[in-house]
Amino acid sequence: MARSKNKGSQEVNAGSMADIAFLLLIFFLVTTTIANDKGILMILPPKPDPNEPPPDITKNQRNIFKILANSRDKLLVEDEPFGDINDVRKLRPMIKEFVLNYGRNPNLSDSPKDAVVSFKTDRGTSYELFVGVLDELQGSYNEIYGERIATELLNYFPDATRADLADLFRNLDKKDPALKALYEKAREGIPRQISIAEPSKIGE
Amino acid sequence: MSKFKKKTKSGTDIPTASLPDIIFMLLFFFMVTTVLRETDILVTQNIPRATQLQKLLKKSLVSYIYIGKPKDARKYGSEPLIQVNDVFIDVSSITLFVAREKDKLSEVERDQITISLKVDSEAKMGILTDVQQQLKEAKARKVIYTTKKRVDI
Repeated sequence: MARSKNKGSQEVNAGSMADIAFLLLIFFLVTTTIANDKGILMILPPKPDPNEPPPDITKNQRNIFKILANSRDKLLVEDEPFGDINDVRKLRPMIKEFVLNYGRNPNLSDSPKDAVVSFKTDRGTSYELFVGVLDELQGSYNEIYGERIATELLNYFPDATRADLADLFRNLDKKDPALKALYEKAREGIPRQISIAEPSKIGE
Repeated sequence: MSKFKKKTKSGTDIPTASLPDIIFMLLFFFMVTTVLRETDILVTQNIPRATQLQKLLKKSLVSYIYIGKPKDARKYGSEPLIQVNDVFIDVSSITLFVAREKDKLSEVERDQITISLKVDSEAKMGILTDVQQQLKEAKARKVIYTTKKRVDI
């Protein structure tokens, strides 16, 4: 008889455990948001020194790939009407051809080192278009870099295909020395020169 | 008759002993993957989509600036505004905001401060440019345009 009493006191009632856990779960579900901390990283140019005159533009016209956006979200690429946000994906092959021209076509860049992609918006341009174009600019450079180290990347990631090269390059873990070296190799000689010009003030 | 009854009864019972464990696993998953909501966002945030995303490495270095139309249009109007922490601020106060955010960091990390710009798709470049001018002024030149992942079909 004493035995049965002892047995009863030692057991903790775990039947409500699920309910307690459920309550906690619901609390966390309600009070938290899944962090969305991904995006397009950019370094802004430094503020120009007011004591120094603005630097002269010595770049040849052929080395500048001009993209203009107006306040009605229409694009002008290399002085020709291009379309709107639905067409930005067509920019990628054009930019790649422009950067990797190596002087062949007299209208395109001399060498990747000289090539500059210039993007100028208006104050009335929507942010959506800005991000869309910027995304394509970054994408074309990532593709160029990825294709440069294609064999190494495909060796390192055997499951990947050629279509993933830009993504593989973008997600290279720079903490790993071997991959860091690969990253440096891809970027060597082809600087990512994207110029975001001060917007015009027409459409506001 | 009784034979049949017995059979059906034994089949209906589902063992629920492992239910707490399952719930706990879910609980831990949500605790690990989420962060506490720090601010009430007062502006619309229809974030545009992009493909070339990069992950932020150190979250402690990031400060957020929200730009968009106010949700409460009757109180604040329908023009896009800038929100930091819990309040709307003027463009000119951004330098002050950045200076305060920098003070929270240790001396070595101060130059690595990253500003995450969460901008609504419909906002115009004008307001964004003004913000960026102020960021240059405040020497916080590392920015990240927060976007969502676009899945290409």
